[in-house]
Amino acid sequence: MARAVTPKRKAITTALAWAAGLVIFFPILWTILTSFKTEAQAISDPPVFLFFDWTLENYGIVQERSDYMRFLWNSVVISLGSTLLGVAIAVPAAWSMAFVPSKRTKDILLWMLSTKMLPAVGVLYPIYLLFIRFGLLDSRAGLVVVIMLINLPIIVWMLYTYFREIPGEILEAARMDGATLKEEILYVLTPMAVPGIASTVLLNVILAWNEAFWTLNLTAAKAAPLTAFIASYSSPEGLFYAKLSAASTMAIAPILVLGWFSQKQLVRGLTFGAVK
Amino acid sequence: MGRITLDKVTKSFGAVEVIPPLDLTIEDGEFTVFVGPSGCGKSTLLRLIAGLEDVSSGQIRIDSKDATDVPPARRGLAMVFQSYALYPHMSVRKNIAFPLRMARMDRAEIDRRVEAAASVLNLTDYLDRRPGQLSGGQRQRVAIGRAIVREPAAFLFDEPLSNLDAALRVGMRLEISELHERLTTTMIYVTHDQVEAMTMADRIVVLRAGHIEQVGSPLELYRTPRNLFVAGFIGSPRMNFIEGELARRVGAHTLGIRPEHIAVSDSGGEWSGTVGVSEHLGSDTMFHVHGTGLAETITVRADGEVGFKHGDRIHMTPRPDAMHRFDAAGLRIG
Repeated sequence: MARAVTPKRKAITTALAWAAGLVIFFPILWTILTSFKTEAQAISDPPVFLFFDWTLENYGIVQERSDYMRFLWNSVVISLGSTLLGVAIAVPAAWSMAFVPSKRTKDILLWMLSTKMLPAVGVLYPIYLLFIRFGLLDSRAGLVVVIMLINLPIIVWMLYTYFREIPGEILEAARMDGATLKEEILYVLTPMAVPGIASTVLLNVILAWNEAFWTLNLTAAKAAPLTAFIASYSSPEGLFYAKLSAASTMAIAPILVLGWFSQKQLVRGLTFGAVK
Repeated sequence: MGRITLDKVTKSFGAVEVIPPLDLTIEDGEFTVFVGPSGCGKSTLLRLIAGLEDVSSGQIRIDSKDATDVPPARRGLAMVFQSYALYPHMSVRKNIAFPLRMARMDRAEIDRRVEAAASVLNLTDYLDRRPGQLSGGQRQRVAIGRAIVREPAAFLFDEPLSNLDAALRVGMRLEISELHERLTTTMIYVTHDQVEAMTMADRIVVLRAGHIEQVGSPLELYRTPRNLFVAGFIGSPRMNFIEGELARRVGAHTLGIRPEHIAVSDSGGEWSGTVGVSEHLGSDTMFHVHGTGLAETITVRADGEVGFKHGDRIHMTPRPDAMHRFDAAGLRIG
């Protein structure tokens, strides 16, 4: 039986939802607000909320001091590159798990996911040594590979869940129609899974964009993405909250905009398999 | 050409043998129907022929060439699935053209064949729609269109009508039969519906638990079923089976008599009984009669005008030449 929704109840739940949303969003809002303050206002006690002298000064200084575009470009290359490479590897993997499962398929999926539970720092040393050995330190190529590997279990798992919703008979029909395995995946499976693949790409671009551990540890200057850009404001000359906030705002703005415009896909991506 | 031979073909899933060694030849141009209750292995058998499942042992030959290890795409067969299995992201035109595109046929020839198939199947006006915008019957026609453009050696149908409503099913049944008349290509059709089997088939293969129970023309199966299973499966309403004294009198363990082969009267006859339920179909009336001294309820098919009611005492006379005798093992005698 559906629960009766009275107007009063609806008003209360709406208010609660807004309150929860605001609490979650508050740190980001505060960062954005702080980026428009002077350094003195940023640390004033009691803190000022909206009534201060709005200034763009911090953005000017940040842009002057470091080349934002270079960091941005590195972030774009690393997050898109790692995601697309990951999808290219995960599509065949998820195909075989979804359509030709074996007794061990579930175990393999769980094992893959379990690698996500490993503390990253546990493998920092071997990976760092490998990077030195292969000359990959501070290279975008190296980061693309590492971040792809970090996110690969999630990409495979998500695609697997989407592929399982596609009726096997359609792929069999393609086989009967003379499609080779490659054609079956390219012309039938992939177009049918476009919404799923899109959510997977979106989510993983965001995960890769925000990834800080590996990007901070394996880059210095050349390949450093926006995470390193923010970090560079956190200490060298003491804490400058307003400038740090401006840098943070510049770093998260692109992904925030992307996330905002793709909300629908993202929600579907995050609740995959939950309905049905 | 499309002569398909199964030679001692078996199929096991793990330790479970779903098709014990099976031999069958389907002649070129024949309309063969695999029929049987659900789980009898008829779909598995079709998928083995299609190549969608690998045989566990034995050989499949298509036009005397060994096709056992040939992938589905290269067997020259076309299949129509129960769920239609259309490509939802492609227009009707692209769906029908897909097998031709995969065969790297040139554009002009693809267009010509798609147009021809569409006109045969009354799909010309729908060529630019997506499958989601079509009715069940239209979708099924697209699936058939996709199969016929390839001019395959044989068509395989896997319960193609079971998702359609009753009226549409009768219409599509006729369309498929007409298609067979026109193309004269081998067709193998899987169904659990014995009416579809009887009306469409040149030859019916009755399956149970992976075994072939009998192969024959619809009328052969109707007139001389080889055992109790076939006798009970073919014909609607199903054959009456009588055991005990009445059967022993004709030298059988089980006596079989079809509802349409029993005459009823209120004056006199060999057996008597009381009318239980009567079902009026207009053209016919089915009486379910509790026979005197019989454990079983007897179903009788009478003319629609016969007006017995619940509780009436009636007499029944089986047609002597239409009685089927079966031994204790359920096999036909004589």
